This record gives sequence, structure tokens and C-alpha cells, in this order.
Amino acid sequence: MSGDRITKALLFISSLTILLLSAGIVISLFGGSIPAFREFGLRFITSSAWNPTAGSEEYGAMAFIAGTVITSILALIICIPMAFTTSLFIAEYYRDTRISGILRSLVDLLAGIPSIVYGFWGFYALRPLLVSTGLSDQGFGVFTASLVLAIMIVPYATSLSAEIISMVPAELKEAAYSLGATRREVIFSVVIPSARSGIIASFILALGRALGETMAVTMLIGNANVIPKGLFAPGNTMASVIANQFGEASGLKMSALIAVGLLLFLITALVNYLGKLIIKRFA
Amino acid sequence: MNTTPQSDSVLEIRNLFIAYEPERYAVKDVSASIKRNRITAIMGPSGCGKSTLLRGMNRMHELYPNIQTKGDILLDGKSIFSMSVIELRRRVGMVFQRPNPFPNMTIYENVVAGFSLNDIRLKKNQRDEIVENALRNVALWDEVKESLFRKGTFLSGGQQQRLCVARAIAFNPDVLLLDEPTSALDPIATSKIEDLLGELKKKYTLVLVTHNMSQAARISDDSMFMYLGELVESGPTGTLFTNPKDSRTEAYLTGKFG
Repeated sequence: MSGDRITKALLFISSLTILLLSAGIVISLFGGSIPAFREFGLRFITSSAWNPTAGSEEYGAMAFIAGTVITSILALIICIPMAFTTSLFIAEYYRDTRISGILRSLVDLLAGIPSIVYGFWGFYALRPLLVSTGLSDQGFGVFTASLVLAIMIVPYATSLSAEIISMVPAELKEAAYSLGATRREVIFSVVIPSARSGIIASFILALGRALGETMAVTMLIGNANVIPKGLFAPGNTMASVIANQFGEASGLKMSALIAVGLLLFLITALVNYLGKLIIKRFA
Repeated sequence: MNTTPQSDSVLEIRNLFIAYEPERYAVKDVSASIKRNRITAIMGPSGCGKSTLLRGMNRMHELYPNIQTKGDILLDGKSIFSMSVIELRRRVGMVFQRPNPFPNMTIYENVVAGFSLNDIRLKKNQRDEIVENALRNVALWDEVKESLFRKGTFLSGGQQQRLCVARAIAFNPDVLLLDEPTSALDPIATSKIEDLLGELKKKYTLVLVTHNMSQAARISDDSMFMYLGELVESGPTGTLFTNPKDSRTEAYLTGKFG
């Protein structure tokens, strides 16, 4: 009995720690961003000015919000066809075969590559390639960042979708096969519809990752504090502006960066909430 | 127990071997014939190969990887291995152990799922007719006619299983294979399904895998007893149950193993 009580107490303390930690993070984010919001009000969100010159300081997050949303959504669009088809290949079409096992390990391997390495690869391999196409002068910009971001989130979306797809009950597939359905018909009429909400959820989670991804994006997006003017134009994201500028920031600028962090946190939370809402609707 | 003499055979199984791994046979040299408009029960202890044999009859066993099949099965004289599986499975339908209506489809859509899955376009009145007939044939029409456009998963287990039978007979198959169709159902639902099978055999030929001996005795006309992949004995149910020729059949029937 007392062992039970100790276990209960330990579990309670651990859960409470998590709760306190998240509450602490939220409180310091809110607290730290108060000066910026007091100074600029709602303009902090709608404005894309970013001027740290002493005396005429002005900060707005719009350029970074735009950069984050554009690169993440573009990354998701590029990621979907790759991740969806790969997860079908792994979890349905070639399930339980050697090739599927190999591919699954490769996908997991991709997920394990550090962000900075993707950044390096993007910088030294992908960027020159883009320059050589003539689409971009230096190869920095939204498209380059999104492409690398897409490759980075493919493993997550793939392994989550594959997990969901492999959970479609064998008996449903057998029912379809017993009615004379072909493999393609089983996949499109039974597997995908049954797994739909889970697949959508996995892409939303992937989007959540893309929103907060920092290092690789910082190395490739060009770090221009403006709303990107085109696919190949430079921009900046919320995570990346924080990473680039927090070291030299103080006072109002520090508060502005913290406020950007708060907004990033809120956007990510909103995306996750929307994801859950969609799942509920389909389930 | 029906004792109609000399029915013609629909399925003719000839020296069938099925192996999941090289040289490890789940079905060993089985030869048998399934008679038209009768219920043939396949019995045997777990792992005896009865489900594998049943699945062989519409080539569902080929869904497992690395499966090896030798021998032949003739459907009305024609080898099922020379037909397309699509044609074969339309002529030899299947009902599974657990009711498995498609959860994303309505009752109506479930009944015609075989057509929609195969991209067979039907006129609305044809579809309506197929749905009503199939549901009447499984004695489900009166229970669901008001809720045809609700999801099939709202039904009780027994109703779901009858819906699955309706889905399988919507194609008007020659043979209906049933893989322990009542093992997940309560006694009342079970007896409804058993009554239904007695009705259905007037139109179709039924092959029933069961490990419930009394069920086999109650509703089947012919019985097959399998043990370790071999067909030990087969014949009219009355004879097999009262006067088994093989000592293993007798041991099974008297509960010595199984």
C-alpha cells in the first residue's frame, strides 16, 4: 500500500514539474514581451518595420510571421507528395518486405540528421545548384529554405503516416480484397479513407515542426527583415531572427524578440489545436 | 442434416498443398469436392489448416507473402488459378470471423461496396434493387430500411455480420465462404446467422469453417475434418458424426483434442 502511495506521489511530482515548467515558460514569454507590446501595441503584429537604431527604434513582427508561415506552408506542400507516397510504399504496398524495412531505416536516419547539417548541405550543395539555374542570384531565399525544410520534415510526416497506415485493420483490407478489389482499389477506397484523419494529423504535426525549425532556415533564407517579395527573394523567420539577434539585444529589442517568440509559440499552439479539430471532424 | 443424394460439385479440390514457408505445409494434399446448394463444414483444431484451405478457395491466401500453392481447385470445372482473382472473388464470396463493414461507408454503400470498389457503375434503381434484395436475403431489410444511410458500424455485431453477408451476396456469387462467422457473436445473433445460412443454401453453396462442433452438426450437410494440414475425413455430416471412419476424427468429436 505504501509503495503504491510513493509511486503515486512520485508520478504526481513529475507531472507537476512539467506543468510548472510550461507555466514558467509561458509566464516569462508574456512577461518579457510586455515592454514591446506596451510600446507598439497591436502594431507590433501588423507592422513589418525592424529598426534598432537608437532613438528611432521600431519593431514589428509581420515580416517574420510572413516568412515563417510562407516557408512552412511551402515546405509542407513540397513534403506532402514525398511523404504520402513513401508512407504508402512502406506501410502498405511493400509492407513487411525487406525493401520496406530498408526504406524505413533510411527515413529514420534522415530524421536523426542534425538541423545544422541540413543547413550545411543546403548552403554548399543546394544553393549553388539554384544559382546555376539562374532563378536566384545567390541562392538564398524562401524557396531554398522551404526545400530544405521540406526534406527535414519528410521523415516525421512519413513515419507518422506510415504508422497510421499500418494500423488500418487487416480485416477491412481483406473484406475489400474478397469483393474482388485490386490492390490499387483497396488502397484508394479502404486504406486511405480509413487512415485519412491520421494522415492529416501527421502532416499538421510536420507543419508544427517546420514552424519552429531554426538553424537550417537561418543559413538559407537570407536573413532580410522584410516580407519576402517572391519565391526566390530573401526573408526571415521568427525562429531565425531570434537566433540571429538575441546575442546582441537588450532593452526594447530584447523584449521585441521575446514577443516574437511568444507569437511563434501561439501560432504553433494554434496549428496543433486546428489539427486536433480536423481530426475530431473526420473521426 | 440434409441427406439429398448425389448433388453435383461446385468446387473440386485436387491434391492441394499450401505452404507459408518453403516445405512447411499448412494444407497437405487435400482433395475434396464441395456440393452445390449444401453447407459444407470444415472442422478441426486450431492450426489444422482449415482457414487456409477456405482462403485457398477464393485465393485470399495469396495475400500472404511468399505463399506457395500446388495442386488445383476447379470452380464449375475451370481452374481458379487460371481465372483473374477479381472474377474468382466475385463468384466465390467471403464472410470473415469478425464483422468488418467498411466504417467510412453507410449501410447502403456497404452492400454495394463490391460494385463501387470495382468501379462498376450502376443506375440508381439497379443499386436500390440490389441493396434491397441483398438485405432481404439476410433478413436485415426490415431492421435497417429506415437507416440505410447511416454508418454500418452503428449496427449490433449480429446485424453487422448479416450486413457483411449481404455485401458478399450482392454479386450473386456461386459460393459463399464463411470463416467462423459466428465466433465473435452472442448466442442469439449466432442462431440468427445459423438460420440465415439454412435459407441461403437454397441459392448459394456455402462452405463454413467452424471450431464449434455442435454448430457443424446443427447446420451442415457435409463435413470435412482436418488435422495437421491433412484432410482426415469427409462425408455427409450425419455419417461423419455418428460413424467416423478415422480414429482421429473420433478423438476430435469426442473432445480428446481441439
